[in-house]
Amino acid sequence: MSLKPPVGPQDHVQGNPDAPIELVEYGDFECPFCGQAYYSVKALQAALGDDLRFAFRNFPLAQAHPHALPAAQAAEAAGLQGRFWEMHDLLFEHQDMLDQPNLFRFASALGLDLERFARDFASPEVAAKIRADFLSGARSGVNGTPTFFVNGERYDGSWAPQDFIAALSSLAGGVAVPP
Amino acid sequence: MALEAGKQAPDFSLNSTPDQKVSLSELRGRRVILAFYPADWSPVCSDQLPIYSELVPEFRRYGAEIMGISVDGVWCHAAFGKHRNLRFPLLADFEPKGEVARAYEVYRKKDGFSERALFVIDREGIIRWSYVSPIGINPGADGILEALESMEAKKS
Repeated sequence: MSLKPPVGPQDHVQGNPDAPIELVEYGDFECPFCGQAYYSVKALQAALGDDLRFAFRNFPLAQAHPHALPAAQAAEAAGLQGRFWEMHDLLFEHQDMLDQPNLFRFASALGLDLERFARDFASPEVAAKIRADFLSGARSGVNGTPTFFVNGERYDGSWAPQDFIAALSSLAGGVAVPP
Repeated sequence: MALEAGKQAPDFSLNSTPDQKVSLSELRGRRVILAFYPADWSPVCSDQLPIYSELVPEFRRYGAEIMGISVDGVWCHAAFGKHRNLRFPLLADFEPKGEVARAYEVYRKKDGFSERALFVIDREGIIRWSYVSPIGINPGADGILEALESMEAKKS
């Protein structure tokens, strides 16, 4: 099961662009498992450092999670002002506060241009970006949230921090030593 | 073994709500996706079906309707569909139990429920793709989308 399309300019990417390991997450900001995985990814990034780059794609299960889509819109709208990752972190750290007034409070806390944020939040372009992410996930074999891809292949192993670090650091040639 | 591509899809008439029935033959001229699943409320099914629900507009772009089928009764389906906000019908293969799953050769007699199996049926009622997933593994939607794409290319 492989990632379609590969990570490209349309993606939000963190970390060393030349890293030997590329991790892609399809996630839903309201999904509690994604909320746990957020901390696993942070631990992984700390352990692997420059050996890892990380991309996030939206996979909001909007019928199941009423705040998932607005939260994704907030992240993408923040991204248009260069602050995707800050919003991504705020959303996962406040999964019980994803109603619209709070999303705008987060935007304000990040110092975003709020008029522009409001416009982008509701724009067809942002909706299309989220839909494109979702469909790419469906075509890549995403079967729940979160679903991870490591170097383009679906990762079906455990993403509990220790397991995740062990599995991925072996790919980096054992560079990282799990704590 | 599930019925394979090229076979005629067995017709059925099953309740989708307490007072509504859906039969496959009524859908001739449309493409149909049948998602057999073991049971409402089971953890894997609860992940699998919401993904399909999000994809209903995408399936329609290919002229396809999706339907879930399990041996659960109509009232159970109604509660499950409402709870998960599903945007497609769940059919009750309830009496005689599992009859439709048996016709598609995906009934697990010793368990009393069906395999987790997918069928994509063309406009003439011929199965064009089928897949049985290991029971605990959510098959996702990529196989369905690929089947629809290839049918679109062949106009079947």
